[in-house]
Amino acid sequence: MKIERRAAPLWLRAVIPLLAVVLTFAVTSALILLARANPLQAYYYFLLEPLSNRVSIIEVLVKSTPLLLTGAAVTLAFAGGFWNIGAEGQLLAGATAATAVGLQMHTASPLIAIPLMLLAGFAAGAAWIAVPALMKVKLAIDEVVTTLLLNSVALLGVSALLNGPWRDPISQWPQSPEIAAAAIFPRLIPRSRLHLGFLVAVLVILLLWFLLNRTTLGLQMRAVGLAPQAARFAGIPVERTLLRTALLSGGIAGLAGVSEVAGIHYHLIDAISGGHGYTGIIVATLGGLNPLGAGLAALFIGLVDTGSQSVSRALGVPVYLGDVILATLLLMTLALLLLQRYRIRWTRDRGAM
Amino acid sequence: MQPPASPAVQMRSITKRFGALIANDAADFTLRRGQIHALLGENGAGKTTLMRVLYGFYRPDTGSITVNGQPASFSAPRDAITQGIGMVTQHFALALPLTVTENVVLGAERGLPLDLAAAQRRVQAAAQSFGIDIDPAARVRDLSIGQRQRVEILKALYRKATVLILDEPTAVLLPQEADELFRALRRLQNQGLAVVFISHKLHEVMAITDQVTVMRNGRTVNTVDTAHTTQAELARLMVGRSLTPPPARPAPPADQPVALRLDQVSAQDNKGLPALKALSLAVHVGEIVGLAGVSGNGQVELAEVLSGTRRVTAGRVLVEDTDITNADPRRVMQAGVGRIPEDRHASVVGEMTVAQNMALEHLGEFSPRGLLDKAHITRHAEQLITTYQIKARPDDRIRTLSGGNMQKVILARVLERAPRVLVVAQPTRGLDVGAGEYVHGKLLEQRARGAAVLLISEDLEEILALADRIAVIYEGEIRAVLPRAEADSQRLGLLMSGVRA
Ligand SMILES: Nc1ncnc2c1ncn2[C@@H]1O[C@H](COP(=O)(O)OP(=O)(O)OP(=O)(O)O)[C@@H](O)[C@H]1O
Ligand SMILES: [Mg+2]
Repeated sequence: MKIERRAAPLWLRAVIPLLAVVLTFAVTSALILLARANPLQAYYYFLLEPLSNRVSIIEVLVKSTPLLLTGAAVTLAFAGGFWNIGAEGQLLAGATAATAVGLQMHTASPLIAIPLMLLAGFAAGAAWIAVPALMKVKLAIDEVVTTLLLNSVALLGVSALLNGPWRDPISQWPQSPEIAAAAIFPRLIPRSRLHLGFLVAVLVILLLWFLLNRTTLGLQMRAVGLAPQAARFAGIPVERTLLRTALLSGGIAGLAGVSEVAGIHYHLIDAISGGHGYTGIIVATLGGLNPLGAGLAALFIGLVDTGSQSVSRALGVPVYLGDVILATLLLMTLALLLLQRYRIRWTRDRGAM
Repeated sequence: MQPPASPAVQMRSITKRFGALIANDAADFTLRRGQIHALLGENGAGKTTLMRVLYGFYRPDTGSITVNGQPASFSAPRDAITQGIGMVTQHFALALPLTVTENVVLGAERGLPLDLAAAQRRVQAAAQSFGIDIDPAARVRDLSIGQRQRVEILKALYRKATVLILDEPTAVLLPQEADELFRALRRLQNQGLAVVFISHKLHEVMAITDQVTVMRNGRTVNTVDTAHTTQAELARLMVGRSLTPPPARPAPPADQPVALRLDQVSAQDNKGLPALKALSLAVHVGEIVGLAGVSGNGQVELAEVLSGTRRVTAGRVLVEDTDITNADPRRVMQAGVGRIPEDRHASVVGEMTVAQNMALEHLGEFSPRGLLDKAHITRHAEQLITTYQIKARPDDRIRTLSGGNMQKVILARVLERAPRVLVVAQPTRGLDVGAGEYVHGKLLEQRARGAAVLLISEDLEEILALADRIAVIYEGEIRAVLPRAEADSQRLGLLMSGVRA
């Protein structure tokens, strides 16, 4: 076997996510066998069963909603050269702000309450990323570390709120009181869990695509991400552009928090995210840093997520299998992205060295 | 007489495609033992590609290779190396934090633990026997470009290379370093080494090689003995036509106003050491001022100051009446400065298209209300591509262009705006004679138009051919400013080495 460097042809880049999926399922078969289930049957429940009826199709969309948003946030950041690992923290900040607003909306109309919450969540996410962004732009402090560290800070902040001022006065659980009815996202389909957040998320994906591909600002953001030195030479204000990329990314991640509070939980809990911010990194990478790709990736992960529940219900394997599959998928994607720059060649002349 | 031995390398009918583009088109190439063989051709003719095929970096679509008469098929450079083929490219593959010895033995020796002291002795012995002057204990990070190149050559020889491919080795060297390289190559040639020497500098080819193979559009069009040819003939073979001598140009009218003025400018280099020391210089409307100097005397920093990418610590920079001291690139451009930087790759976004790069500096004009007008961007690119005869399509990623074509893109994007001041650094480095001639013609056109041109170049011939006045920079100061008529390479050489006028 030989490995040689070469430029990746276009078709290969398109095939990589699919290949990653296939390889992931091949590798995880072993685990499924260990759990004493039939892998083929398991994959049926993972991938096809959720699509077989209306209820679970809707569930897939519900599960993808936060991922569409965090995936969009990370896609923008990575494409613009800002390595935002902190979508999780920004989501929590957005969720907190949404709760704060939602708790005050008892007399307001939904037409006021909902936009106000979205705005507050966006601003909170942007504010949460502002510190690492400014540190990066002004002091050249690496944003990977700072955005990551702020995730734990955000989680601790939420816990403090829930165990202090916002503790539910009735149940005494560490969860906030429920937000006002006017602040709750309307259902897109009656008697289902699919809510306005999904529409917001799809809109964000489309707008992001438009931004990156059709606007001056988007081209500048990408130029800064690809070659900061050349961008500066061309007169693009590199620091200001990076700052905009970061704030927008943080804001979008904040919207994911709004959507989870106002669309699903109706109050703040510390498990409000459950890792959607980190999964956003998988979504963005699988999607090839293209907003539409990220959209597909988010739907796919929503599918696997839904599937992991049906597979565990049907075959009695642990729900964690879904997480394992997603983690494997990320590793496969990264490995393939690296390998696409090389070509593996099988040769017979093993003796020649 | 002995019958001629089988050639060291024979490549027959090599074809290599990149998508729709044919980089090598049934190219033939024969290299004899103990010979220095030039590979000549315009930018994009396919020289590098052909040699990468020989080095196992690319696999040819068709064609065959024999090495010492034996058929060879390489699927990776490692295979070529075991067959005694070594290649030194312009972008060195050295580990900077490691020592010369470590770099040389890295990958060449197997088995651990590595006995570094013994390895150092072996590397020292090898360097001596090949006549390469290098300190095996030095860290590569501390070495000059010329010395790093020697490490690369030693690396190849240490792996028992009998064929050495040098892809534009002199493009990055100072004249003295190039002379040293040539002496080393002669010694190695006498030890039986065969060398492929790629260069755009015809006088070097005439001076050092035994045979010349000329490539055009992916084909090898001719192989001639160096002794039986002339520079003019080689140029004609390469370009397919005779080169025209640069047009005679009138002396610039006297008493033109100053367009660019540097007044006591000081600046620091990346390490924070003084790079420019109270440097003053003026360039008038309609003249070319050549800035001559050995590299590393502040030219890079000066070009960056004038591009808006480096701050001055003292002094002022004026374009006509506009003060652009410490202005950002946008304001520098608005003041009427066109910039053609030394490092082409750092001034374009390689992953973006030719059209996008052509629009990048003035996006506002292509995007009413912040929305990109793609049709306008493409049309603009098509028009520049036609005007400047660039071999590229608007949608090509710019990093896939050959050096000459990339330079033309940068030139086109600057010149179309008819800048009042033009700051040009090493404009023909790595360009073939045809493209170089083209660039020189364009610079003279700008001068005739009334632009003030500051030409920063390490190539004295270029400066002597173009400049009206010549300023010599030494350790961040202007040591002398001479009218062209009073300058010759000898006098400039002395000034450049620090001798006071
Ligand atoms: N990896 C690649 N992918 C696509 N096109 C390529 C690639 N490498 C080279 N080319 C194209 O092949 C042609 C030949 O390129 P090559 O680098 O061999 O030219 P060259 O003679 O070495 O030119 P130069 O004198 O500028 O170095 C050019 O048109 C170039 O754009
Ligand atoms: Mg080349």
